[in-house]
Amino acid sequence: MSTLLQVENLNKRFGGLRAVQALSFSLHEGSILGLIGPNGAGKSTVFNLINGVFAPDEGRIVLGGQDVTGEPPYRVARRGLARTHQIVQPFMNMTVLENCVVGACFGRENLALGRAREAAREAAVLVGLEDRLDTLASQLTIAGKKRLELARALAARPRLLLLDEVLAGLNPTEVERMIGIIRAIRARGVSILMIEHLMQAIMSLSDHIVVLNSGAKLAEGLPAEVANDPAVVEAYLGDPDLAAKLRAA
Amino acid sequence: MTIVRQPFFWIIAAIVAAFAAAPTIGNNIELRESLILAAVYISLASNINMILGYAGYVNFGSIVFFGLGGYICVWLMSSHAWPLAAALLAGGFSVSAVALVFGFGILRLRGVYFALSTIGVNGAVMAFVANFGPWGGSTGIYLSPALFQPLGGPAKALWVIYYLMIGVMGLSLYLSYFIKRSKFGVGLLAIGQNEDAAAVLGVPTPRYKAIVYSLSAFLPAIVGGLYFFKSAYIQPPDAFDLNLSTETIVVAMLGGQGTVVGPALGAFLYEELRGWLLTSPTFSHFQLVIAGVLLLAIVLFAPGGLMGLIYRLWPPLRKFLE
Repeated sequence: MSTLLQVENLNKRFGGLRAVQALSFSLHEGSILGLIGPNGAGKSTVFNLINGVFAPDEGRIVLGGQDVTGEPPYRVARRGLARTHQIVQPFMNMTVLENCVVGACFGRENLALGRAREAAREAAVLVGLEDRLDTLASQLTIAGKKRLELARALAARPRLLLLDEVLAGLNPTEVERMIGIIRAIRARGVSILMIEHLMQAIMSLSDHIVVLNSGAKLAEGLPAEVANDPAVVEAYLGDPDLAAKLRAA
Repeated sequence: MTIVRQPFFWIIAAIVAAFAAAPTIGNNIELRESLILAAVYISLASNINMILGYAGYVNFGSIVFFGLGGYICVWLMSSHAWPLAAALLAGGFSVSAVALVFGFGILRLRGVYFALSTIGVNGAVMAFVANFGPWGGSTGIYLSPALFQPLGGPAKALWVIYYLMIGVMGLSLYLSYFIKRSKFGVGLLAIGQNEDAAAVLGVPTPRYKAIVYSLSAFLPAIVGGLYFFKSAYIQPPDAFDLNLSTETIVVAMLGGQGTVVGPALGAFLYEELRGWLLTSPTFSHFQLVIAGVLLLAIVLFAPGGLMGLIYRLWPPLRKFLE
């Protein structure tokens, strides 16, 4: 398996806050990498650095063999990276289809308008919005908007998809459905880097997990290894033995 | 060429034909003078709509394009004996080029800051022109009546100018229609709704904004050339009149920013209202008061403008009237 995304010694400060410190990891083509950590650990900042919303103070980001460090988001998108936002940002006064057309037009394949409409429709079908194509984004439910956010990113036909808490705020049925959608996306050969707080979901979806705490990498490994790492348990629960105690009780 | 098969393409053609034909019936000079002003407003409003309605940037100083275009055209004709057509095009292209350069700079600003900077650009250009010797400084440039001779004398020249203005109006409508239907337009509309999200999706925002700013300068510069050739003189306060800039924004919003017909409809109604008020002695210049009240009412109660109301009353129209 080849490396699709390589992050080397990434550093980012906001004033006195070291949001990301000496972070390195890599993601293999076709895999799902989970990025977890307590609130404020710097996960979303890592996403913003990778897709170019912020430029890192130090470090390198290599996507598909090309150095994309410090490139603006629209150029990174053209190279095959798409993302969703933790707080969804649909174009409210556009329909579902029009939203997806924007993704398709300016994504990796730089499609012409006609072909972009096909790609947009395909993406909408994949997330189950096919009967909502002409609905305005503002009229969708939260779950609908989350799926739209995902469809819009997919319409770009990315090589790498960054998912920022796509499961947050969904009810259990919707979560099940979204997990199915994520599996379907991976099955099409799209690699995924995801942030998620829903442990059960991310543990079952990810091939590999990186744990962040206070901007630095705390642990890394297979889901089962990470879950039993005392340092990780301590970061989340404040007591390395709490999990064992709970199990015993 | 599928666009020619769209009904809307022919609706624009019909509007232009109606403008061209109406004053020829009974050689109606009064109607022609009223319609040429409507055509000026429609052209300016359609062009500002591309940046205001599509990309969501409020350009308060758009009149700088009109004024500069006017100056370049009038100056080339009076000092260098250029023919009208060449002088008009030279005005259009040079103003567009200047706008492209400015655009990359000031379009880094957003919202209120951008709007203020456009007023600043207009003010700076006006101050420069008022002190620029070759363009007559604050007294401006007067055109010799002899310049109307190549068009067949003053009376005939006014008809030629009228048809040229209607042509520019048609081009403005088609330009804003083609842009809306293009991939470029999709990117602009995305910027207008949420610029950061658009950039994340791959819309090259700095380039697109600068290009639309420059495109929206081209035809207004030609309108300026025609307008000041017609009046045969140009002075800084007339060329860079911020009132006209503001009115342009009001009519675009009144009709429905972001639609193609909306700005034209708003401009036409506003100009007819203005013409009526101007001829009434009590209310001369009262249109500015009305413009202010209208703008307030639109922002508060009908952000979609007239077209927004029309679409709401009759949704199927959305498919025919862009």
